[in-house]
Order: sequence, then structure tokens, then C-alpha cells
Amino acid sequence: MGFLNSYIYYIGAFGLILVGLYIILVKHNLIKVIIGLGILDTGVNLFLISVGYITKGTAPIFSRPGIDSERMVDPVPQALVLTAIVIGVAVLALALSLAIRLYQHYGTLNLRKIREQKW
Amino acid sequence: MIFIVSFLVVLMLVGAFAASIFKDLISAVIAAALVSLIASILFYFLQAPDVAMAEASIGAALTAAIFIIAITRTKRHEE
Amino acid sequence: MRRIISILLLVIVALGISLSLAKIPFGTPKTKVGRYYINKGIKETGAANIVTSVVVNYRGFDTLGEVTVLFIAAIGLGAVLTASGREKMRKTEPASMVLYTGCRLLFPLIIIFGTYIFIHGHLTPGGGFQGGAIIASGFLLIYLGCRERRISRLASNLAESLGGLLFVVIGLFGLVSGGYFLSNFLPKGTANELFSAGIIPIIYIAIGFKVGSELTGIIDNLIEES
Repeated sequence: MGFLNSYIYYIGAFGLILVGLYIILVKHNLIKVIIGLGILDTGVNLFLISVGYITKGTAPIFSRPGIDSERMVDPVPQALVLTAIVIGVAVLALALSLAIRLYQHYGTLNLRKIREQKW
Repeated sequence: MIFIVSFLVVLMLVGAFAASIFKDLISAVIAAALVSLIASILFYFLQAPDVAMAEASIGAALTAAIFIIAITRTKRHEE
Repeated sequence: MRRIISILLLVIVALGISLSLAKIPFGTPKTKVGRYYINKGIKETGAANIVTSVVVNYRGFDTLGEVTVLFIAAIGLGAVLTASGREKMRKTEPASMVLYTGCRLLFPLIIIFGTYIFIHGHLTPGGGFQGGAIIASGFLLIYLGCRERRISRLASNLAESLGGLLFVVIGLFGLVSGGYFLSNFLPKGTANELFSAGIIPIIYIAIGFKVGSELTGIIDNLIEES
């Protein structure tokens, strides 16, 4: 129980990274690969936030002026992950537009068939 | 408390595994949106409300919408 | 053959990540920069939300880089999809009366909610990116429910460009009057009020407009079968 209590978030992030990598390496439909990219992104963001957590801490917002600030969690990883989430959606949108263009040119989205008909 | 978090993490991993198994691409996208939604709940448990709001609105809603629009312009089933 | 190599690679990566994750303790404070931002945050910036003051004031240059990446992605998507071939127009039937009226009623409420979130970014959890995404969801509802309405391309491009320009212009004003790019030159006021924290609300309003119109433009480019 002690082990589970302290490492459950790490296990979740680690599992998501592994599933994302497996989808990118093994599957051969292009849209499935892009879904795997999104899952990998979510796993890495979850890991970053769980590193900055302090046990029994509170959110870093001064809602009343005299609040106790001794046990607030780290605000720097949260700022980084905010940027990373928005950049993740930008990359996904651009990759999907390229996939649509590829489908209109080759007629299929199977990566093996595209590699065979090279010209 | 720890049981709720463990249950949510197991649900998230099952959803991620299901997204790799499904042959119908729209079902795979919905499983990926489920993973994003549960990650947003876990962000709230880790005392990060800004990040939870960003992940719920961008990851769960807009990413799924962009994927579904792109899938209706190409093929729906994996070959 | 390829499957065996990828499974082997996955096992090696899993071993490496798990061995290094076991060495990171969970729940102990790890950096000193975080303590500095929490202790001195209100006095130096005036914003009650520490994450907002880190994103806009202490690390404002990284936010400028992120806004640039989003802009490049939107431009790239517009350039790739407009040059594509003609598709035959899919027949769409007009939506029923209940759906149409429901979407028209919900749309102003969603826009007001998104605007509230990015105006109060320095007081409550929220900010420019979250508010912009909610505004884009409102426009997505209009595209799905009321098929005949379209957002004018000119207004969306204008809002996006003006938002980005306002960000850079405020940074240049900070360079002129403060000595470095994006310095906080407006009065800080008292914390927990709407007009406080210097330039932070103005930058978040610019970012909110820019991200909202950018994501709307992305969805418009994907749906439009020109």
C-alpha cells in the first residue's frame, strides 16, 4: 500500500508513454500513428506535473490575501505543461492536414502500400 | 482516496490500450478523448487547476473534433 | 522482423524509464526557484495567480515562442489544404428546428463564459489559452448545428493578427520604458482586484483573442470544402 501510494501517478504516466510508443512503432495506418502521438504527449505532461507535486500541498493561488504559502506546490512545471499542451494540439492539427493531403494523392493511408508505390 | 486514484489510472490505461486495438478509427479517437479526460481529472487531484482546465478544453474537446473532421475526409476503417 | 526489433526497443526503453523513475521520490520539494516565485510573486508582479505570473511575466518570452508556433501551425494548415483538389459537395440537409434554436441560444453564453475566463486570468484559475479554447468550442457548435452560417474569413484573420501584434507592441513598450523586453511598466495596484498586475491582463486578453480566432480558423479550414 505504501508503494502504491507513492508511485501510482508514475505508473500511470509510464503506461501511457509505453502505449503511445507501441502504437507509433507497430501500427501502419497513418491516423492511428497520429492518435499514438497524442497519447504519448498526454503521458509526458502527466509525468511532468506529478514530479512537481508536494505531499498535502495546495494549489499556487492566493485567493485570500493572507493565505499560508508554506505548502504550495511547485508552479514552474505547471507553466511548462500549459505551453506543452497547446503546442501538442498545434502539431496534431498540422499532421492531420498532411495526412488528408497524402490521402488525396495516393488514395490510401496504409504506410506499407505508400512505401511500395514510391513513384 | 487512493482507491479512487488507482481506479482512475487503471481506467486510463485500459482506454489507451483500447485505442490501439480498435479497427474503427472513430472508436479509437473516442478512447483517446477518454484518456485525455481522465488525465484532466488526475491533474486536478495533483493540485493544478490551470492545467486541468487547459487539458479538458483542448485535449478532450478540440483534439477529438479535429480528428473526427479529418477522418470523415479520408477512410473510416483501418485496412 | 520489424515487429521483433520494435518489441525489443520497447523493452529497453521501458527498462530505462522505470529504473530512473524509481530514483525520483514522490512528493518532496525539488527546486528552489519555485519557492522564490511563490514568496516574491505578489510583491513583484501583483497577480494573485502564481502560474499566470510565471507564464506571462517571469517566463514571458517562452509564451511569445508558443504563440509563434501556434501561428505557424495555423498558416501551414491553411497553405496545405487550400491547394488541394476539388471535392464534390456533400449533400447536407438543414438541421431541425430544435437543434438550430438550441445552438443559437447556447452560443452567446459560451462566448461570455470564455471571455470571463480570460479576463480574470490573474485572479482565478484560467487565462488566455483556456478562454480561447472555449471560444473556439462555441464556434464549433455553430458549424455543427446551424450549417448555413459561416464565420467571415476576414474578421477571423484580422482578430488573430491584431492579437499577436498587440503582444509584441506591449513588449516593445516595455523595452522602451523599462529597459528589457516585456518589462512590467503599468502600476501594479493591490492584489485580488480586476485592475491590478500591470500588463498581465492586457497580454492575456490579446492571447485570448488570438488563440480563439486561430483555433476557429483551423476548424474552418478543415470543414470548408472549397
